[in-house]
Amino acid sequence: MNINFTLFSQAMAFAIFIWFTVKFVWPPLMRAIENRQKTIADGLAAGERGKQELELASHRSADVVREAKQRAADIVAQAEKRAAEIVEEAKNVARDEGSRILVGAKAEVEQEVFRARETLRQHVADLALAGAAKILHREVDAKTHADLLASIKTEL
Amino acid sequence: MASGTELTPTSYMSHHLTNLTSSLGEGAFWTLHVDTLAMSILLGVISFGFLWWVVRGATSGVPGKRQAFVELAIEFIDEQVKSTFHGDRHKFVAPTALTVFVWVLMMNAMDLLPIDIMAAVYEVLGLHNWRSVPTTDINTTFALALSVWLLMIFFNIKVKGLGGWIHELVCTPFGKNPILWPVNILFNVVEYVSKPLSHSLRLYGNIYAGEIIFLLIGMWAATGLAGTLFGTLLGAGWAIFHILIITLQAFIFMMLTVVYLSMAHESH
Repeated sequence: MNINFTLFSQAMAFAIFIWFTVKFVWPPLMRAIENRQKTIADGLAAGERGKQELELASHRSADVVREAKQRAADIVAQAEKRAAEIVEEAKNVARDEGSRILVGAKAEVEQEVFRARETLRQHVADLALAGAAKILHREVDAKTHADLLASIKTEL
Repeated sequence: MASGTELTPTSYMSHHLTNLTSSLGEGAFWTLHVDTLAMSILLGVISFGFLWWVVRGATSGVPGKRQAFVELAIEFIDEQVKSTFHGDRHKFVAPTALTVFVWVLMMNAMDLLPIDIMAAVYEVLGLHNWRSVPTTDINTTFALALSVWLLMIFFNIKVKGLGGWIHELVCTPFGKNPILWPVNILFNVVEYVSKPLSHSLRLYGNIYAGEIIFLLIGMWAATGLAGTLFGTLLGAGWAIFHILIITLQAFIFMMLTVVYLSMAHESH
C-alpha cells in the first residue's frame, strides 16, 4: 500500500478517457440508436395505420358492393316493370288495331253484300226481262219499256 | 520467476507483487508505477479505441454484429443509469459510467492472464518486475474513487450552489435545529470520507485477493507433477469463478459511481 504519483497519473488518464467517451463514443451511438428507435416506431405506426386503412377500405368496399347489389336489383325491378308495361301497351295497341280491322272488314263485307245484292237484283231483273220476253215471244225493246223495267227493278 | 537467486515462496510472491517503478523526484511519493500506468493506458486506448472505431461507423439501420455487441453493452449501462439517475444522463453521467465499467472490466480481466507465462513474456521484453493488473495497484482504485469523489463534490456545488451544499452538510440528515448541526457535520464528514475509501478498497481488495490466490495456486507447481496437475485444476476453477468476480466488481464500481453522482444531483 504505497500511495504515490501513480494515483495522479491514473486520475489524469481516467479524466482523459471520460472526456473521450463523453465526447466521441456516447453521442454518435446514442444518436444511431435513437434514430433506429424512431425508424422502428415510425414503421410500427405506419403498419398500424395501414391496418386501419385496410379495415376502412374493406368496410367501404363492402358498402360499395351492397350499394351496387341494391342498384342492380332496382334496375332489374325497373326493367321488369317496363317490360310488363310494354307488353300491356302492345296488347292495347293490338286490341285497338284488331277492332279497327274488324270495323273495316265489317264495312267491306256490308259493301260487298250491298254490291252482291245490286248485282243479284240486276241479274234478277235481266232474268225477269228475259222471262217476260219469252212469255211475250217477242223482243222487248229495252228502250221503250225502260220505265216499266225500272219500276220492276225497284219492286224486286 | 526471479532469475539468479534461489526461488522461495516469498521471493516468488514478492516478484509478482512488485511494480516496475520510476523515480520522478525526491521522496517515496514521487515514484511512478510504470507497469500500472502503461497497462491501464494501453487497455484504455484499446477498449475506447475499439468503441470509437465501432461508433464511428455506426448505422441507424440494421446494425452489424460488432455494432450490436457495442450497443448491447451501452444499452445495458444506459438502462442501469436510467433507473438510478434522474436527469440528462446522456450529457455526462451515462458516458462516465460506460468509461468506468469498460475500463475497470478490462483492467480486472488482466487478472485472468496466466501470471507466470506473462512474467516470462515480460522477462523476454526486458521487464523484470511487471504487474499486468492495474486494479491490484491501490493507486489505480484510489485514483478512480477520488476522481468520482471530486466529481461528486463538483456536481453538488454545480447543482445546489455552494450555499446549498453547505446547507445540506449542516442540516441533513437529522434536521435544521442548531443543536443538531455538529452531529450532522460529523455524520457527513464520515460519509464523505468513507465513500471513496469503501469505493476504492472494495475493488482493490477483491482483485488483489484474486491475484494472491492465483499466486498461491501457482505455487503448487513446486510440489511436483501431481501438484502441478492439481494446481492446474484449481487454477482453472478459480479463473472461471474469477470471471464472475471481475465482472461483478466492475459493475459494482460503476453502479456506485452512478449512485454517488446521482446523489450529488439530488437535494434532500
